[in-house]
Amino acid sequence: MSEFEKILSTVFSVGTLQQMLRSATPVALAAIGGSMTEHAGIMNIGMDGMILMGAFFGVLGSFLAHTALAGVGLALLMGVLVGMFFALLVVRYKSDEFIIGCALNTFAVGLTSYLSRSYFGTTGTKGNPALPALHLPFLNKIPILGPMLNDQSLFVYLTWLIMLLAWLFVYKTPYGFWLRASGEKPDTLRTAGISPKRMKWIASILCGVLCALAGAHLSLGHLNGTFAENMSNSRGYIAFACVIFAAANPAKAYLAALMFGFFEAIGLRLQGYVSADLTNIIPYVITIIMMVYVVVRKQQRKKKAAPASA
Amino acid sequence: MKQTDAVIRFEHISMQFPGVLANDDVSLEIRRGEVFALIGENGAGKSTLMNILYGIQTPTAGSVYIKGVRVEEYDPKIVIGQGVGMVHQHFMLVPSFTVAQNIVMSREPRKHKIFFDNAAAEASVRALEEEYGLVVPESVPVEDISVGLQQRVEILKALYRGAEILILDEPTAVLTPQETDELFAVIRRIVQEKAMTVIIITHKLDEVMAISDRVGVMRKGKLVGVHETKDVDARKLASMMVGRPVLFDELERTGLVGDPALRVSNLQVCDHRGLPAVRNLSLELRAGEILGIAAIEGNGQSELIEAITGLTPVKSGRVEVLGKDVTGQDPGEIRAAGLAHVPEDRLSTGISAAATVAENLLTGKQREPRFNRFGFHQNRAAVRRYAEEVYERYDIRGAGVDGLAGDMSGGNMQKLVIAREFGFDTPVLIVSQPTRGVDVGAIEFIHSRIMEKRNQGAAILLSSADLDEVFRLSDRIITLYEGEITGSFRAGEISKEEIGLYMTGSKRQGGTAQ
Repeated sequence: MSEFEKILSTVFSVGTLQQMLRSATPVALAAIGGSMTEHAGIMNIGMDGMILMGAFFGVLGSFLAHTALAGVGLALLMGVLVGMFFALLVVRYKSDEFIIGCALNTFAVGLTSYLSRSYFGTTGTKGNPALPALHLPFLNKIPILGPMLNDQSLFVYLTWLIMLLAWLFVYKTPYGFWLRASGEKPDTLRTAGISPKRMKWIASILCGVLCALAGAHLSLGHLNGTFAENMSNSRGYIAFACVIFAAANPAKAYLAALMFGFFEAIGLRLQGYVSADLTNIIPYVITIIMMVYVVVRKQQRKKKAAPASA
Repeated sequence: MKQTDAVIRFEHISMQFPGVLANDDVSLEIRRGEVFALIGENGAGKSTLMNILYGIQTPTAGSVYIKGVRVEEYDPKIVIGQGVGMVHQHFMLVPSFTVAQNIVMSREPRKHKIFFDNAAAEASVRALEEEYGLVVPESVPVEDISVGLQQRVEILKALYRGAEILILDEPTAVLTPQETDELFAVIRRIVQEKAMTVIIITHKLDEVMAISDRVGVMRKGKLVGVHETKDVDARKLASMMVGRPVLFDELERTGLVGDPALRVSNLQVCDHRGLPAVRNLSLELRAGEILGIAAIEGNGQSELIEAITGLTPVKSGRVEVLGKDVTGQDPGEIRAAGLAHVPEDRLSTGISAAATVAENLLTGKQREPRFNRFGFHQNRAAVRRYAEEVYERYDIRGAGVDGLAGDMSGGNMQKLVIAREFGFDTPVLIVSQPTRGVDVGAIEFIHSRIMEKRNQGAAILLSSADLDEVFRLSDRIITLYEGEITGSFRAGEISKEEIGLYMTGSKRQGGTAQ
């Protein structure tokens, strides 16, 4: 019994909650970005590659300029470029977004591994200048919530602001209306004299930037200046699942990401007791459960909504 | 001066698309404060001309003048600013947005410069409603309101943008007769009280007669005539549209009514939501007669036909084709029993848009020995011979039998479906919406083919939203209301006005209801 109690106390601890926020943040940032492209009617499967590039260029910038902020800057710049590249192919040249997304993911793995080898000589690097955790002494006076929120990377707090801004943008400004119209009924926007393509471009670039931020947080904040091959580790796909689960609502997408963070944290905590291979599958099992829920919910709604039209 | 009352002037407009001259030297003036009807067959160039006016397309030659000012740049944004509004045939509304959000789109009222001001949006919509007497539910999502109301939202959207000239593209295609009457009342009001100009694109001639002051007829890209509506009649307009006399005369009926070919007894069918759509319905159809179903859309006629043809499961009851019980069999088995089906939606179920005309014509016949060698190798030459013969006989006009079916106009797609289904020579024909969205010339052709089949002894079940069509073709008519037969009549026994009472359920014949 004492073994079991030990497991319980490790799993249900403040540390788990702190870990939850750390793990959720990159997924949440990408999911907020994915909400933009989703609203613009683009199925963006390429977020994983966008995150990976952000992670790499974050570390590279940090390595070259010896400051983590330069890394963030380089990651953001590359995020804009990747978003534009994606929009160029998908919006301008009307390529299949699914194929381009897949290609982007594969391309990102190859490019980052190659560049990593040419700059660092190996497929990974660590110990580069990282983003410091913020220690706010007054927070520790609050039980549970205080330690949970304290000593986090700046990005954790920044994500809340981004989530709020994204939510306001999508649902409370005319531009958000245009963004949603560009995905739902582009012709309507066109006949109103606004270019739906421009909205799709903006959404792609925003998504590129937010995924880059997610990647930079992953390498510079979450893992203290470390880059490892394919370190995005399917977080882009999980972010995509969050987008679908949240019906592209940035606030709900954040909550969904938080849920993933929670299960990932539990998985990490359990690694002392159970095989890591087993605990690592937890977030993906949760993804499948969530997607099943989405489908069931959709069908129920269809049944309910049907008698209204005439 | 003549030009002062011309609010729109087209001068020698030509529009060349690859391979098609859509507008050929069109010159036309629209006067302020009139209702101008623009009519013509599918592909005659009416929509192209209106798209040019609305700034969606740039003409290859000629100029457009709006209120005396020449249009220099063809861009909807600029044209909207000059007071032109357009209600497209397929509504330009975002389903999940509310009525008010749709109306103010692109000119949203704002709070603190960047935020959408929903209260102000709804207030300005309410002000518009009062000004024009057009009531809409401002805060309800557009996907939850009826098609008639959606059209009203489109009109309000144009008015919100300051339209003085309103283009309505096929506005009645999706409306019920009552909604059409309401729309016409609105048009009259805005023209008389607000001095607006309305251009209405249509191919329904009785509506032209009912609503317009003047009418312009287009044929093959040319404007072939402009008349005061009071100087013409529907027959003359039809001839001008088609370019030859159209004889909507009584179709000749010959032959004798034979044995029962299709029998439906106590049929119960549920719709896709699982709600009862056809309730305990029985009918009998004999060889050599046309039984027409008169019903407002959504009263079980689609489900009835889907159940007969095996596309939807039967809950209870029986369907017999030539005395053989086919209840619950799949469409292939039912067809083999002697039934052919012209489905109501040619694009989704009638044809395969991505296949060639020849392939579409072959569908359902591909296993016949004459198109096969050794049972698996297609005899291309035989298929081609057959397709070309049918193509010719049914007067299909497109890019030939090797062209894609989806590239043809609606009327020709419909002829293709009719040609294929009538080519099976089956004793029972189920014909649904045979001429929906099809022009006058094609309607005349399709009607005479249906009558020819009847005279040859086919049993035909006809379902159509067009009451004129039901009256013109049917030997007997039944009315459906909420999945039940409310009346059964011989042709000539009842007027259109009276049958409307049975279609809306306000009247029903004693014995036939149950």
